[in-house]
Amino acid sequence: MAVISVPLQAEPNMLSRLMRRPTAAVGIAVLMIIVLAAILAPVIAPYAPTKLSIASRLHPPSLDHLFGTDDLGRDILTRMLYAARTSLTVGFAVVIFASIIGVVLGLTSGFFRTLDAPVSRLIDAMMAFPDILLAIALVAALGATAVNVVVALGVVYAPRLARVVRASTLVIRELPYVEAARALGVPTPVILVRHVLRNVTSPLLVQGTFIFANAILAEAGLSFLGVGISPDIPTWGTMIATGRQYMDQAGWIMMFPGAAIVVTVLSLQLVGDGLRDLLDPRLAKDI
Amino acid sequence: MSAAVIADRAEVAPLLSVQGLTKHFPARNGRIIHAVEDVSFDVRRGSTVGLVGESGSGKTTAGRAILRLVEPTAGKALYDGVDLFSLSAREMRSYRQKLQIVFQDPFSSLNPRMRIAAIIGEALDARGFARGKRRADRVAELLTLVGLSPDHASRYPHEFSGGQRQRIGIARALAVEPEFVVADEPVSALDVSVQAQVLNLLGELQKRLGLTLLFIAHDLSVVEYLCDDVVVMYLGRVMERGPSRLLYAAPRHPYTKALLATAPVPDPTRRRTYVALHGDIPSPIDPPSGCVFRTRCPQAIAACAGIIPPLDDIGGGHHVACIRHNEKTI
Repeated sequence: MAVISVPLQAEPNMLSRLMRRPTAAVGIAVLMIIVLAAILAPVIAPYAPTKLSIASRLHPPSLDHLFGTDDLGRDILTRMLYAARTSLTVGFAVVIFASIIGVVLGLTSGFFRTLDAPVSRLIDAMMAFPDILLAIALVAALGATAVNVVVALGVVYAPRLARVVRASTLVIRELPYVEAARALGVPTPVILVRHVLRNVTSPLLVQGTFIFANAILAEAGLSFLGVGISPDIPTWGTMIATGRQYMDQAGWIMMFPGAAIVVTVLSLQLVGDGLRDLLDPRLAKDI
Repeated sequence: MSAAVIADRAEVAPLLSVQGLTKHFPARNGRIIHAVEDVSFDVRRGSTVGLVGESGSGKTTAGRAILRLVEPTAGKALYDGVDLFSLSAREMRSYRQKLQIVFQDPFSSLNPRMRIAAIIGEALDARGFARGKRRADRVAELLTLVGLSPDHASRYPHEFSGGQRQRIGIARALAVEPEFVVADEPVSALDVSVQAQVLNLLGELQKRLGLTLLFIAHDLSVVEYLCDDVVVMYLGRVMERGPSRLLYAAPRHPYTKALLATAPVPDPTRRRTYVALHGDIPSPIDPPSGCVFRTRCPQAIAACAGIIPPLDDIGGGHHVACIRHNEKTI
């Protein structure tokens, strides 16, 4: 009988190994700066996010307003910092929510043969919808609040996580350590959590990073289309939406939030790529 | 093994009596994989029985079916008189502590994310005793029993070599104080230099703890050293079984002879007649009619396709399933 390859060893020093990859290290550094800026927004922001100043509306970037002002004279840099809080929180909440749904669906379909077909078809059906359309439909049905945006995007991204979890579960279910636990009479729910879930965390983490990036992008998209978070809460998406009308005269209004999205999503992708390479034995270079 | 033991054989009821064990797996297009077909053998208390065959012979499936890690299709496994196959899942749970298994692959048989203390501790929890200090003491005791250091408890599996991992797997199986252990090719994934150590450990533990062993192997030479009785399987069926002393000295089935011929002999002056087996083991989805071995058997005749050879008793507990076993020329 062939020796089965061991998926994904425990990595106590994963972060330090990740930091040794230049692209991933850059991603992590940039992300940390963004997160720190978001947390410290009230301290470092030069103005109040809602302070209107009609006199200084549509100011181009200057020393007073580093990234300029918008149509109501609000400081773009300040609003971007506050918007980062919303975008990152929504993105993170989507990952958590999608993970919970994805793990439950993935574990049950992967572990219990009889549930596999119905749950897998449900996952397929959910994936057949175009992401953003399904999200728009859900938000439209539920109402445009931050919580509903999280719920909608969570439902949209859960099937991807469910597939990843199911695929790993199918492999782990057959491994001797699961059989050993069964031979000891360990109850099935305990086996699922202790032996299966614990060993799908690595692929889950990789996929979660990508979904984080996608969720930030999708949230911005929903806000831009006006079906996202209400416009008085600053998010990068709503800022771009307001800037759209002034694209010719005041390009900076949408340029800087747009850049923030690009930089954040790119760093998350870099970290995700790094993690995937690190955890995938077929791509691993430094074992 | 002494003659007295052989004489006693019939009188003492076996600890485990496998009768007509059959396991079919569903395949594509409604076809059936005949993994194990009508396998019967006895395991006396305190003895070691070797279950031998090539890859695909169904030996591993048979071992797992006895422990109900795969559900058998038919047959009985009388353990101390109780048919394990007729127990409900709940009733089986209480039997699980008496029957344990040691796996072939020392790398995938330990959860990579659990410390050794947790891996062995899980077994202790299943047994339902020992908490806190007593639990840690018991883990240390088990690690010492299998020749590891108690300090190893706080480490992860990837910090160990294959042989050490196999010792941990043995410690886990012994944690519930089983009577009967299935050792599924416990050394075939290890370096040759380590194989002997693990085999010695198993033999020693068996004597010390009075274990009954079902030792699954693909190699008759490993089994010769350890086993009191041997069961030779091919394509899901028993070809020959009996006390190792008789079976090794005078193999009667052409398949056993071929297996023995391929096993390396550590004595250059002693030569075994080389019997070449051609081709691969046929598909268990569509096994040959009659004797399943006939497609590769050097002695096959037309009649072999006609009947499934019964396991004939040829004396001293030695059984062989070959219609030509009486002919002198074979």
